[in-house]
Amino acid sequence: MTSPVISIRDGQFGYGNQVAAQADLEINENEIVALLGPNGSGKTTLLKGMLGLVERLEGSVELFGEPLNEFEDRSLIGYVPQRQTAAGPIPVTVRELVRSGRLARKGLVRRRSREDERAVLAAIEAVGLADKAPDAVSTLSGGQQRRALVARALAGGAKVLLLDEPLAGVDQANQIAIAEALNALVSGGITIVVVLHELGPLESLVTRAICMDAGHVLFDGPIDTAPPRLLHLGHDHDPHGGDAGPVGMGLFKL
Amino acid sequence: MTGVIRVLEYGFMRRALVAAVLVGITAPAVGIYLVQRRLALIGDGLGHVAVTGVALGLVLNRAPVPVALVTAIIGAVSIELIRARGEAFAEIALAMLFYGGIAGGVVLVSQAPSGSRNLNQYLFGSISTTSAGDLAMFAVLAVLVLCVAVGLGGALFSVSNDDEFAKASGLPVMRINLLLAVLSAVTVVVSMRVVGVLLVSALMVVPVATAQLIATSFRQTMAIGIAIGVVVSLGGVILSFYADTPSGGTIVLLAIGLFVATFLTSSATRFVRR
Repeated sequence: MTSPVISIRDGQFGYGNQVAAQADLEINENEIVALLGPNGSGKTTLLKGMLGLVERLEGSVELFGEPLNEFEDRSLIGYVPQRQTAAGPIPVTVRELVRSGRLARKGLVRRRSREDERAVLAAIEAVGLADKAPDAVSTLSGGQQRRALVARALAGGAKVLLLDEPLAGVDQANQIAIAEALNALVSGGITIVVVLHELGPLESLVTRAICMDAGHVLFDGPIDTAPPRLLHLGHDHDPHGGDAGPVGMGLFKL
Repeated sequence: MTGVIRVLEYGFMRRALVAAVLVGITAPAVGIYLVQRRLALIGDGLGHVAVTGVALGLVLNRAPVPVALVTAIIGAVSIELIRARGEAFAEIALAMLFYGGIAGGVVLVSQAPSGSRNLNQYLFGSISTTSAGDLAMFAVLAVLVLCVAVGLGGALFSVSNDDEFAKASGLPVMRINLLLAVLSAVTVVVSMRVVGVLLVSALMVVPVATAQLIATSFRQTMAIGIAIGVVVSLGGVILSFYADTPSGGTIVLLAIGLFVATFLTSSATRFVRR
């Protein structure tokens, strides 16, 4: 039996002494998992907790069966952070941005090889931006920039993709383009964990839903068995309402 | 052309021109990562800290450059460690370090046998006083900075561009940030004879800011930024020789003038193309 891709045991994550998300779960190979919930529900904190990007206050996290702190082959993990824009003060081409996703596999010092360059171009093609490879990221639309970030996450040859709100603020056409790119990756056997405010065009892709509110997991199971009100919990909340959601509603776990 | 040849007749000017090329290359090569990290003014802060080092060297009657180098590196590492804590007091702590650096320099230099006269050379640059020993040290440091900035360019870019992604990719983000801080400190020291510690930040930022107006990629920005850095450094030194003006101020004004001209030209070009 293979180890889970991600395993969290009694995990509590947060900032300072403040617990912002707690969970006990496993993500298995080839699962497409949506972390759903309103703003401030702890879904981004939980995602970052899986990567060690926020403080782990309690419990343990394992990646591919190894404790997070000892896990070395980070190229297996592709991370797409939530960004309004992928552009910085200095112009950066799509190709340059995506190349930076290759470092986890290539190493810091070794020169770029043809294989590296092929992987970079393949990642750019996978998100449908091949014709934009030489363009500055700042000249792309918001949705195209988000796709460039997905390509960066794929460039190292990731087996697991963790995406934080990839559809937020993206127009319909680009939402569909992102969904199509992820769909193609799923066919290739990738595991996906995606933070979403609403399912949108990813609904048909997602196999498992983890619904959160106020830092707690309220439901964890196949998406078709999830109570509809939990799938749409994000819609009932004031977008600026923070952790205003109900606390202690109990855990549905199937 | 004859003017340039006349400049080369003087030994101090030949040294000055070599120092200007070293600074013109290294300052934008490091500055580009600071600009990308939105820390364009960190070089300014390091310059303030280096003032204490220079003053300490003058008080101890030792060569100010190595003492300034050690002080600037300690300052740079402290700044990065304070920033990394990311706490609310970080900005205030940094301000304390900057003000403390220049205040410490002013107080220390008042006890130096030579008084504050020598400090001015380091504050605003005095390229004509660059000794052969200084030049040799600057050359070694500049080559070191360039080797690291180019050799680890991919890692420096990744961390400067998106440190959260870099951390998720398993890059040693803290160590790379510390490395960039040390590179910045060394660049400040390499530049202090040419533009002075109070103006060094300008040469790390302005050529890069000018380059990004016309470049379409990071690599291109770095290449154009370095070319601009060399041109304004050399031009400023030659101009200051004939106009009898301080080299540091002349170089920086030239760099800013070039930025304004490029900005106006690129804006006008975009307007016409619409």
